[in-house]
This record gives sequence, structure tokens and C-alpha cells, in this order.
Amino acid sequence: MNNVALKELLYKMADDQLILGHRNSEWTGMGPLLEEDIAFSSMAQDKIGQSHALYQLLHQLGEQEPDTVAFTRNANQFHNCVLVELPNGEYDFSLIRHFLYDTAEALRFDMLTRSSYKPLAELAVKIRAELRYHTLHANTWVKQLGSATEESISRLQHALEQALPYALGIFEPSPHEQELITRGIFEGEHVLQEKWIIQVELVVNQTQLSLPDQKQIKPVYGGRMGKHSEHLQPLLDEMSEVFRIDPTAEW
Amino acid sequence: MPYTEKQILEWLDGVKDPEIPVLSLVDLGVITGIDIKEESVVIEMTPTFVGCPALDMMKSDVLTVLKEKGVKHAEVEINFKKSWSSDKITEKGRRALKQFGLAPPPAGKVLLEDLDILEHVPCPRCSSTNTELKNPFGPTLCRSIHYCNECREAFEQFKPV
Ligand SMILES: [Zn+2]
Repeated sequence: MNNVALKELLYKMADDQLILGHRNSEWTGMGPLLEEDIAFSSMAQDKIGQSHALYQLLHQLGEQEPDTVAFTRNANQFHNCVLVELPNGEYDFSLIRHFLYDTAEALRFDMLTRSSYKPLAELAVKIRAELRYHTLHANTWVKQLGSATEESISRLQHALEQALPYALGIFEPSPHEQELITRGIFEGEHVLQEKWIIQVELVVNQTQLSLPDQKQIKPVYGGRMGKHSEHLQPLLDEMSEVFRIDPTAEW
Repeated sequence: MPYTEKQILEWLDGVKDPEIPVLSLVDLGVITGIDIKEESVVIEMTPTFVGCPALDMMKSDVLTVLKEKGVKHAEVEINFKKSWSSDKITEKGRRALKQFGLAPPPAGKVLLEDLDILEHVPCPRCSSTNTELKNPFGPTLCRSIHYCNECREAFEQFKPV
């Protein structure tokens, strides 16, 4: 059986988790509160671990070792969406990105628990459970800051408008979309996006924030095809520095 | 010499979680299968959290014990066929956690839809439920941080997953 479609799906999910995990880890020692510092570091560890497990599935399908795949590719070989590679910016932006992204991932892994590809379905059960803590964290803070002071509301509103075009890029359709659906591997980006918008609205409607109409927004596509912003390569260089110096080092 | 599953479980009961030295891997519930074929033993394990940094150590501790006991050919296979959740921790494991000062996760299947489940966790010192959740993310992936209003001290819980 030809696994091109399946591999592409696994790569984009693994790359998303790895890159956002790395961005989250940049909050270590920098968070606005010690609790938030710990939360972002902890989510970073989860995400990097999850990416590793997904690279392991790819390895079982004949791709290279997880470390090699994670640390020796160039930006144009990465399939993550542009959203996850953007710099952390202010806390508002990181929080909104975390909310928009993790809402999508929680739903994606929930859908994947029903995948016809058994190893992925099994892993998805586990990742889905872990992501509950991530979405709980995001929802709690968005609800709190999205209804707190005039300043916090306007800052989050600005971050939301800034992040939304990139967030829609999560759902950039794959050239193999139809094959994945037909083979029962994944129900597809379109179904995911529909579920996502409902969930995002559910949380945003409990705040003073207003969600721009997604139909009026042009999604930032390209990431899934290896077309990235200028921010990805420096991140990869930094991430792989240790590995390039000593490929046997633990990370 | 053929091995029995019971015997191997006894040996593995001596292997402790590197982060919680009172809890054996058997009580933690991460040993999901034992396959014995003559002189060779394959242990199936599954991580508590996908990114658990202690997994490699657990794996090598298992191999070390089996080797010490004279198993000729031992292997550990990590997979997610039987996904770990906190209700896999045994009754004995729960008691060990409490004695260690870590609140055990609530028993039974936990449907984590709200942070509420993490509020009012019984304090492992005084058993009071007059406690608050401080942070669902603790010093390691498997712990959350709480505060007991009776003892006026923080404590950690082994997180329900
Ligand atoms: Zn107490």
C-alpha cells in the first residue's frame, strides 16, 4: 500500500507539535507569572513528546530516526502551519495562538481516535487525554482575560484579529485529502475546521471579545507545502544546534 | 528454565518509578503485557504521558532486573495499544502515593471536562477537602499543584488523565 498520504498527515501533525512545543519552551523563565511559566514549559514538554511519538510512527513506516527527522531538515522540508512558527510576541498573542491551535488539535486527535490506521488511533487516545489539560488551560485564561479589564480585552481582541488568518492556515487542504477520507484515515481538514469554529465561538461568546467573520478572512496557506515565514529557519537552527554538535546528546 | 508471568510480575514489582520511588511500575500500571517464549521475555510498556522523560530509565531498569534474574533474552516494547490512564494505578499504588505525600488521582474513570475535578482534592496530609487548585501543571508532567487551607501548605496531586 502506498503511504504518501498517511505520511504527509503524520509529518504535518508532528511538525506542528514540535515547532509550537519549541515556542512554548521559550516562555521558560519569561512568563508573566511563575504559574504561567510552569504551564507553558509543561505544555512544551507534552508537545515535544507527542511530536516524537508521531515521528516514531513515521519511522515505523520507513522514514528516518525521530531525532534525524526533527533536527536535520531545512525549513522548506517542514510541514507545520505558519501559525506555530511565529515568534511568541507578547503574552496575549501566545495565549490566543495556544487557544486557537490547541482547540483544533484536541478536535483533530479526537477525530483520529477513529482512524482506520490503528497505530495512529491508539496514540490519538493518549494524546487526546493530555490535550484536555491544554485546552482547559487556554479556555480558562481566555475567559478570564477576555472579560477582565478594558486593557486586557482590547489586547486579546487585537491578538485574535492578528492570529486568525494564520489559524485558518491550520486547515490548509492536503493534495491527498480525498484519499485520507476514502481510506478512513482522517475525516479531513474541512470537517475539522467546521468543528473548530463551533468550539472557538463557544468560548469566545463567554467573553467580551468578538470573533471576526472567518469567511471575510484570507487564510495564510503555504506552511503545509513547505512555504514558511522568515521565522522558521532561525528557530530550526537554534533547536538543532545541540544535535548538530553532538548527535548522541539527550535533548 | 521456563519463567511464569507471576514470577516476572514479582520481579517487576521491585522496579520503581524514578520520579516516585515508592511506586512500582506494576502499581503504576505501565506494564501492559508480558510475553514469554521459552528463554525469551518481551515486556510491553506504555508511558504515563507521551513526553514522560522517565520512560527510558524505566525501560532500562526493567531490562536490568530481568538480566539480574537470569533471563537470557529480554526485550521491552513501548506501545500505546493499552493506553495508560490514571485509573490504571492499583489500590496498593494509591496508598503508596498518599504515604509519599502525593494525593492519588480520583478513582474510577475520569471525564475531564472542567477544571472542577481538580478542585477540592483531598489533602494527603490531613484529608481535608478545603483545598484549592493552584496550577494544573506541576513540576513534572504527571502532577498538579494544590493548596490546603487547613494545613496552610501546598501539596501535589498525581493528575487524573
Ligand atoms: Zn491539609
